Amino acid sequence: MEHIVIIGNGISGVTAARHIRKLSDKKITIISSETEHFFSRTALMYVYMGHMKFENTKPYEDWFWDKNRIALKKALVKSIDSNNKQLLLSNDERFSYDKLIIATGSKPNKFGWPGQDLKGVIGMYHKQDLENLEKYAPNNKECKRAVIVGGGLIGIELAEMLHSRNVPVTFLVREDSFWNGVLPQEESEMINKEIIDNHIDLRLGVNLKEIKADASGKVKSIVIAETGEEIECNVVGLTAGVSPNINFVKDSAIETNRGVLVNRFLETNTKDVYAIGDCAEQKVAIDQRRPIEAVWYTGRMMGETLAQTICGKKTAYKPGHWFNSAKFIDIEYQTYGWVWAKPRENEARFFWQHKDGKKAIHVNFDKNTREFIGINTFGIRMRHEFFDKVLTEKKEVEYVLKNLANANFDPEFYKQHEQEIISKFNKENNTSIKAEKKSWSLIFNRS
Amino acid sequence: MKTLKNIGLIICFIGFTIFTASIFTGTNKVSQETFDSWASQKVKSEFFIEKAQKEIVGKELSAYQLSSKIKNIAKASNEHYKSQKEIAWDKIIWLKWNKTSKDFIFPLARASATGWVSQNQGLFFWLTFGLAIIGGLIAFGADYKLLGPAGIKNNGIFQHSATNRGIIGIGAFAFFVIFYVLLYFFPNYLINPILSVNPIKNWMNGNESDQWFLYGFMYCSVMTVFAVRMFIKYRHNNYQILRTAVVLFFQIAFAFIIPEILVAFNKPWFDFKNAWPLNYTFFFDYNLNNLIDSGNLGIFMLVWGIILTLIIVPVMVYFYGKRWYCSWVCGCGGLAETLGDPYRQLSSKSLFSWKIERWLIHGVLVFATFMTVLTLYTYFAEIESWKELAFGISAYDIQSSYGFLIGSIFSGVIGTGFYPILGNRVWCRFGCPLAAYMGLVQRFKSRFRITTNGGQCISCGNCSTYCEQGIDVRAYAQKGENIVRSSCVGCGVCSAVCPRGVLKLENGPEDGRINPTEVLLGNDVDLLKLMNEK
Repeated sequence: MEHIVIIGNGISGVTAARHIRKLSDKKITIISSETEHFFSRTALMYVYMGHMKFENTKPYEDWFWDKNRIALKKALVKSIDSNNKQLLLSNDERFSYDKLIIATGSKPNKFGWPGQDLKGVIGMYHKQDLENLEKYAPNNKECKRAVIVGGGLIGIELAEMLHSRNVPVTFLVREDSFWNGVLPQEESEMINKEIIDNHIDLRLGVNLKEIKADASGKVKSIVIAETGEEIECNVVGLTAGVSPNINFVKDSAIETNRGVLVNRFLETNTKDVYAIGDCAEQKVAIDQRRPIEAVWYTGRMMGETLAQTICGKKTAYKPGHWFNSAKFIDIEYQTYGWVWAKPRENEARFFWQHKDGKKAIHVNFDKNTREFIGINTFGIRMRHEFFDKVLTEKKEVEYVLKNLANANFDPEFYKQHEQEIISKFNKENNTSIKAEKKSWSLIFNRS
Repeated sequence: MKTLKNIGLIICFIGFTIFTASIFTGTNKVSQETFDSWASQKVKSEFFIEKAQKEIVGKELSAYQLSSKIKNIAKASNEHYKSQKEIAWDKIIWLKWNKTSKDFIFPLARASATGWVSQNQGLFFWLTFGLAIIGGLIAFGADYKLLGPAGIKNNGIFQHSATNRGIIGIGAFAFFVIFYVLLYFFPNYLINPILSVNPIKNWMNGNESDQWFLYGFMYCSVMTVFAVRMFIKYRHNNYQILRTAVVLFFQIAFAFIIPEILVAFNKPWFDFKNAWPLNYTFFFDYNLNNLIDSGNLGIFMLVWGIILTLIIVPVMVYFYGKRWYCSWVCGCGGLAETLGDPYRQLSSKSLFSWKIERWLIHGVLVFATFMTVLTLYTYFAEIESWKELAFGISAYDIQSSYGFLIGSIFSGVIGTGFYPILGNRVWCRFGCPLAAYMGLVQRFKSRFRITTNGGQCISCGNCSTYCEQGIDVRAYAQKGENIVRSSCVGCGVCSAVCPRGVLKLENGPEDGRINPTEVLLGNDVDLLKLMNEK
């Protein structure tokens, strides 16, 4: 029986394993050194915050793996010997495979800052990071202040985590506004405000110079490059992005760049070796996407797709319309299609913000054809199915606005803002759109 | 603010302490008049009356002394009569641990209470209920600032002793269980607490308070205080606010005020929203007779009760799901959603629990239906309910074992007592026959579902963790599949705690409501088609 070995028990590897099992009877082994069982990485923050126990982050009960004949092996892979189709494990055991899937995810970036390996310097990615955070910042007596370096999604989550235990936080962001490489200025400013409203000391446009240690080798303070200001702290969180976790692949015959290089079929240059998820790098980026996509959803989609190929139905990875989501402290964010930080040549924008500053939508459309390109939505939930369909059918922006009630996914009895949004749009665009009533047949029409 | 919260907690705690401590104080002094009227209703044994006359009447006794004296005299009396050649069965006093105290001893204890509390009922009310309510409101009111800006603030829930089966949680568990045991089986030890609400009962319909009035009043005040907590905690969520307000209204108006008013006008005590089979006594002979004898209103109640169960309940479940009842109207649900809300994360999400749940809840439904069919059979066949039907068992035996096992132990002692251990919907999830009935309708014929928002789920598990019914919501959401489960009571908290806006409770066309998927939305369109349409 063919033995499929998957390195990494994150969403990509586990999705691949589950789908291979659905489609075949192959022998499957998942190797991980991080944890025995699959857990939801995105939920680690809730364990520290006390919303959940670690147990609750596991999407499948422990009996699931046995029942589905997916073998779990807790081990660290040191290197890959693709000529002999073997893995070398850290205990020097050799482990054979017939087909290998590399799904090892990411690791936090470190940019060679002085002091970046001191005690009390943490990332926020692995289960071990959570354990370290619990050790160095259990409360605001042990940790009088924490400094977070890097203004992305993990950075703001770490800030929220520490804030939930009343640990004072200083948040260093290199850009002059939070995440404005991705978010347009309006949204970025909205999140700046959300951060400040939660009493987090947000410092924009600054870089870390060094981390200083006390006599015992623990973090004592950090120094800001631009101002030379020294900030005393007990914990430093490094959240300046992530990069593929593939050091162990580097010495093998498998071709790598920043990630493991793959073609559209998620195949590497080496026969019977595949890579999926955060650690995979497309040789040629797909459409407008980046070659490396460190997103939960793309990892899952690659797993779904690769399982087809492995089970004999060669399938290219062709993700559909882009979508993503996040939560910035109390503000939920969803995006469908593309809304770039800066409008492109052919694009026009429509932005609406609620007067309480916690809700907004930003619509991107083509100036000339009026085709809808994408939407960012904050504090208002929207229906994935609606936008997926709109994007596929290349509907005009007016259609989207008219049908916003059908797109709305907020819980029942929430205040709706369609009228207000549409009248603003009409004013700016000299149109006279009227809101259509909510229609179940349109919402649930699956054809 | 933190100080204010602590002050509130201390005030509340003092109220509770006085309330609890009062159980151990106070005395009973049975006057001749009280004794005679009690004995004439309850006892036929001259032996008992003579002995009790000497040992009890005019003496100052604690509740415990009074109760054990009555029990001992009754035992002696029974021995006396059983030793006679010809046993006079009508003079035997029927003793059973779960009946004697509440049916036999309690009326005498209630009527003979003396001491400070009985003379200062109004003041005592303020020292117990007053302090507990005011303290509770201050403590929860402080959360308005302490929780920070509106939003999901479940911080520290699994790190706090009260909400993670720690020492405070176990203490609360013990308190609830003991309270329910006393309430159901030994109300003769709750005389002072019962007296604390006597002025209110007097004012409402001129009667004397009993343990059920105490329970009803406690129920409403606890729900009110914890509803305020819900209003603050979910102030950003209109679904939660509205739902909590409505369920509180139904409890106070329909389960408390209207029945008391009915009694004031000499009508039967009737809770218009309490549907069979949750209201399992509805078809009992005494209830049917009572309604039939109560004129037009009684007949209306009878017809209403039948229409409620047979038509209104299933039709409403078809359109809105069983949530319309379980988390918008029902009293049990109301308590679970208010007092029980801090414990919702403790329900087990395992497949094993789901199996137990299905056997138990449907078992209770079968039991309730069987009992009711039997009761109606004896009623229309005009067989006395105590007469043996088969195997030495009568309809009455079945009714009383249901009442004891399901009505008292399961729904009360376990159903509410175990909140801090098994989560807040123990009864609704494992035991309620009405929930089982509505669940069947909801699963097979309803417009209600929790829609999963395409491929947006990140498997974080907040939804499953905070599902009070122990549904593994994530198991569906991460597959892109709608949640259609018989046990869902539509509390809406999974949707509220979801950080990515994945879940929405809604009523829509039945077509496509159940939508198992292989590949999630967002992936290759061809692959989606291939996998999902085969």
